[in-house]
Amino acid sequence: MATTALVDPDTGLTQAQLAARHGLRVAGERPSLVEYSRRLWAYRHFIAAYANAKLVASYSNAKLGQLWQVLTPLTNAAVYYLIFGVVLSQNEIPNYIAYLTTGLFIFNFTQSAVLAGTQSISSNLGLIRALHFPRASLPLSTTLTQFQQLLASMVVLIGIVLATGEPLTWEWLLLVPALFLQAVFNAGVVLVVARLGSKSSDLKQVMPFIMRTWMYGSGVLYSVSLFERLPSWATTLVQYNPLLVYIELARYTLLEKAPLLNESLTQLWLVGAGWALVAGIGGFIYFWRGEQEYGRG
Amino acid sequence: MADHFDAPTEASATMTQTQERIPTVVVDDAHIIYRVHQGAAGGTTPVAALRRLVKRTHAPNVREVHAVKGVSFTAYRGEAIGLIGSNGSGKSTILRAIAGLLPVNRGAIHTQGQPSLLGVNAALLNDLSGERNVVLGCLAMGMHPDDVAKQAAGIIDFSGINERGDFASLPMRTYSSGMAARLRFSIAAAKKHDVLLIDEALATGDKGFRKRSEQRVRELREGAGTVFLVSHQLSSVRDTCERTIWLESGLIRMDGPTDEVIRAYEAYANSK
Repeated sequence: MATTALVDPDTGLTQAQLAARHGLRVAGERPSLVEYSRRLWAYRHFIAAYANAKLVASYSNAKLGQLWQVLTPLTNAAVYYLIFGVVLSQNEIPNYIAYLTTGLFIFNFTQSAVLAGTQSISSNLGLIRALHFPRASLPLSTTLTQFQQLLASMVVLIGIVLATGEPLTWEWLLLVPALFLQAVFNAGVVLVVARLGSKSSDLKQVMPFIMRTWMYGSGVLYSVSLFERLPSWATTLVQYNPLLVYIELARYTLLEKAPLLNESLTQLWLVGAGWALVAGIGGFIYFWRGEQEYGRG
Repeated sequence: MADHFDAPTEASATMTQTQERIPTVVVDDAHIIYRVHQGAAGGTTPVAALRRLVKRTHAPNVREVHAVKGVSFTAYRGEAIGLIGSNGSGKSTILRAIAGLLPVNRGAIHTQGQPSLLGVNAALLNDLSGERNVVLGCLAMGMHPDDVAKQAAGIIDFSGINERGDFASLPMRTYSSGMAARLRFSIAAAKKHDVLLIDEALATGDKGFRKRSEQRVRELREGAGTVFLVSHQLSSVRDTCERTIWLESGLIRMDGPTDEVIRAYEAYANSK
């Protein structure tokens, strides 16, 4: 005993006391919210590079390559137009093609972000178990990838809208803040489903059904005036549906005579900004609280 | 207690200069449990799943693997510690937990600074070119884009993937497994570390690369406070570490000077 009595005053301490004496920190400890945000900001280059890489990788095996960024939304719109515009010949809505594609592309932004976000933690477990970085980088880069996809489909959308005879006005510039609000909203939702999806892989199976229900509740394919036939509480509910709000904002800015469920434009902007704020901040805090758990899978 | 004023004993001779031994990693009764989702175990038919829902029993395809069952030790500044043990004894798991990548279920692990894990299995994107993977890997380790741009060429040279033509611009899925492992190691070794955890990384690649990588690890060791080395090659543990911990099925079997521990381990392995 006592061979190290002189040089080592640590004898007799428990492991925890020893660690405390020398100011060691618990491995993988969750940083404070402010510190976490700071670290995440320091990783912005990684987020951007990873989003870019995913975008490139997703088409790297296809012969047409990046052209699919534009072809996928176009084909999608063509199929829905065939069914609803030609076969069922919807005449109620003026300029139905533009109405449909606006709704479809805006909705698709959230849908694909949420579907990819559900797996953003579980499909990257290898990376998470190998390297140390703020885990929120992964869901955020997923959102960014989808945002880049959206920009490509917006080019297609603007082409369609102009080709169907809508006039180009200054109001179109309002599309930028509207898409920004939606992107923030998406980031929040993606952070939430990323944490949920990291725990339970069942969510991946359920998510497509949730998204399809959400689509029918957002007036993508048919006229939103159908919702006015619902009982009034249900109509109010639909009016506050964030996706319906973002779709209506886009339709309001791009189209001249599209039917809208929300009469007041101020209300649309307020609800849209409110949802972005609530989802963005709430999602970030929710994800941060699980930061230590993501390596376990 | 104060009556022993004699010189430091053999055991602490390795850190003669430092009067007080400064711990860098303190592991306190750590337990780590993996939850493994098995693909197709028995009873995955819809009927069986429904019966489980009704009876409220757990799915049979989630199994818990108790990989580390209460491990305690302290590592000090300036030490190089080898971790040995048979496959599945929990060596890599405890390393990941020290790096803070895998949470402990019970107990605690305290560390100084942020330990870095140097492994060959850092998953990168196989559909992307080697060059892009280098940039991505370096950014993921928290390097600044300017530094990445400066070091990228050096990393590719070090990995030697361009020895047979321009492979750096081809997608990683076209690489041989050795080339991919070499590139991953080169990326991971590009950064300086406080506490360095090395997981089997020295066994990668052909002879020339192994020489280069051992040299690189020596450089990294000189900069790092404490080094952990997981390896099945006892020779490399003997060369680099003065202290060795022998893990067997999630428990410490022996902890002491490398020679003694390796002798005991070899006797154990031969008797099996």
